[in-house]
Amino acid sequence: MEGSSAQGRLPFGKEENVNIIACVKQVPDTEAQIKVKADGSGIDEGGIKWVMNPYDEFGVEEALKLKEKVGGDVTIVSIGPARAMETIRTALAMGAEKGVHIDDPALNAADAYTTAAALAAAIKGMPYDIIFCGQRAIDDDSAQVGAILAELLGIPQVTFVTKLDIDGTAVKAVRPIEGAQLVIETALPCVITATKGLNEPRYASLPGIMKAKKKPVDAKNAAALGVSADAKSKVAKMVPPPARPPGKILCADDTPEGKAAELAKLLREEAKVI
Amino acid sequence: MAKGVWIVAELRDGAFRKVTFELASTARKLADQLGEEACAVVCGSGVSGIAGELGKYGIDKVYVADNAAFEPYTTDAHAAAVAKVVKDNDAAILLVAASFQGKDLAPRLVGKLATGMASDCTDVKIADGKLLAVRPMYAGKCFGEIVTSATPQIAALRPNVFPIVETAKAGAVESFDPGLGDLKTKVLEVQKEQSGKIDVSEANIIVSGGRGMKGPENFAILEELAAVLGAAVGASRAAVDAGWRAQSDQVGQTGKVVSPNLYIACGISGAIQHLAGMSSSKYIVAVNKDPEAPIFQKADYGLVDDLFKVVPALTQECKKLLG
Repeated sequence: MEGSSAQGRLPFGKEENVNIIACVKQVPDTEAQIKVKADGSGIDEGGIKWVMNPYDEFGVEEALKLKEKVGGDVTIVSIGPARAMETIRTALAMGAEKGVHIDDPALNAADAYTTAAALAAAIKGMPYDIIFCGQRAIDDDSAQVGAILAELLGIPQVTFVTKLDIDGTAVKAVRPIEGAQLVIETALPCVITATKGLNEPRYASLPGIMKAKKKPVDAKNAAALGVSADAKSKVAKMVPPPARPPGKILCADDTPEGKAAELAKLLREEAKVI
Repeated sequence: MAKGVWIVAELRDGAFRKVTFELASTARKLADQLGEEACAVVCGSGVSGIAGELGKYGIDKVYVADNAAFEPYTTDAHAAAVAKVVKDNDAAILLVAASFQGKDLAPRLVGKLATGMASDCTDVKIADGKLLAVRPMYAGKCFGEIVTSATPQIAALRPNVFPIVETAKAGAVESFDPGLGDLKTKVLEVQKEQSGKIDVSEANIIVSGGRGMKGPENFAILEELAAVLGAAVGASRAAVDAGWRAQSDQVGQTGKVVSPNLYIACGISGAIQHLAGMSSSKYIVAVNKDPEAPIFQKADYGLVDDLFKVVPALTQECKKLLG
């Protein structure tokens, strides 16, 4: 594997550092009100509080736990405008060693493919044994980048991981599907996309925050990475959610039993959903 | 020129999952609008016999790869096979289920085929001869209309949203060589959860509980109502973070974004991140003691009352109606 340090040795042996990568994205906080611009071209970013994508936090935490277990370095890779640096610094404050910030206005309209291509180009230039991503970013909710990245690097993926066990080069991961849990085995290097349940992300400590300020962050742009910023898909238009008709407050004879009876009747006869 | 509307059939334990028929019916509709064929890819083990069934849902041609390597699902085997057949036939549109399997497979196909995709779509149509996919973003705080310039134009359809339509067609079945190379992943074990449990992402009805449930033991009353209605039991982030319910049951921006026919929110105040995850439900019922709870702004039917009295009474009423 080009760029990979996992070929022909046990990457988690003592003689060499393990290279762990965690990809992060800065997104609006879950409590943010999202307002669509009048022309439908995007969202109004005014007043939004930006945070690390919650699923990426699980990825960063798992990267740090792995480093603490086997030794090595955690590199944070992020694409985004200048403000994305705050999210990179947050991950460095949690304990990662260094960062790569891909900041290029041409990538602002990047779709999942272009995003993954830029990440792949950046990652190919460094040694890596395992790459963590969040299962999805809670802004565009695409849930695509981790898998595309794995494909572009020619390595396996396990997505929506709730439990991870690594022994030598063997990876054992648990992934939920509808009505079951799968125990999946694959090999390093690979991409793991993290979901809730994998761990409890740590908070950055004050000394961690101080140290993070001095940790190295490389700046890259699309040209330096040799990737095209042309998107395969685009959001032609954004619209607010359809308005819901006003509801009814049920108050039949004002007893819980009366209200329950009225509700059951409405669900059956008016809504026709039971 | 790329042609045809294709679907990736999803199977479990040798049978098609319901979402496959939703994909097929939708492909038929789009194919008719384009005047093109609807085709399906079926990758499974011992599935040649059932492949033709998809004709009943409007599929003209079914491409089957029957191989033990396809069961249970792995990314490597399925992505290699689907990418090959879709590429060889120059498909214009490819529909995949936005299920756990589809969400793993579809983006891998995006990478293999160097194309674009609209995830978790709630509507798809043809505009100017191309696929226009409508999907919630920011967990439903807004919607995006997605257009893909490369082919195949991939869309993952949210289960339980698109109608199943039966036709009198018989689909032609053809087998193809999946060209499987070196497979790097395998499934060691499938740990099944309690039988009959419906995942919130695929349920027609969800009965959900929040902080107002006061403790994990009280979810029993929701389980009882859910059993009568054939519903799944969901939970708010507060209930999951308190350890009362499994993470897989969480509805909201950091859980599952759902759109059932009926969502019954019990003791859920309606934090914005929860509302985002369920407000595309067809009908919403809210049961909460606090008349000011934001959940009532989204509810079609609101009951301002004690859920510990309303829910058991509702269970009895539903039993009478459905009994």
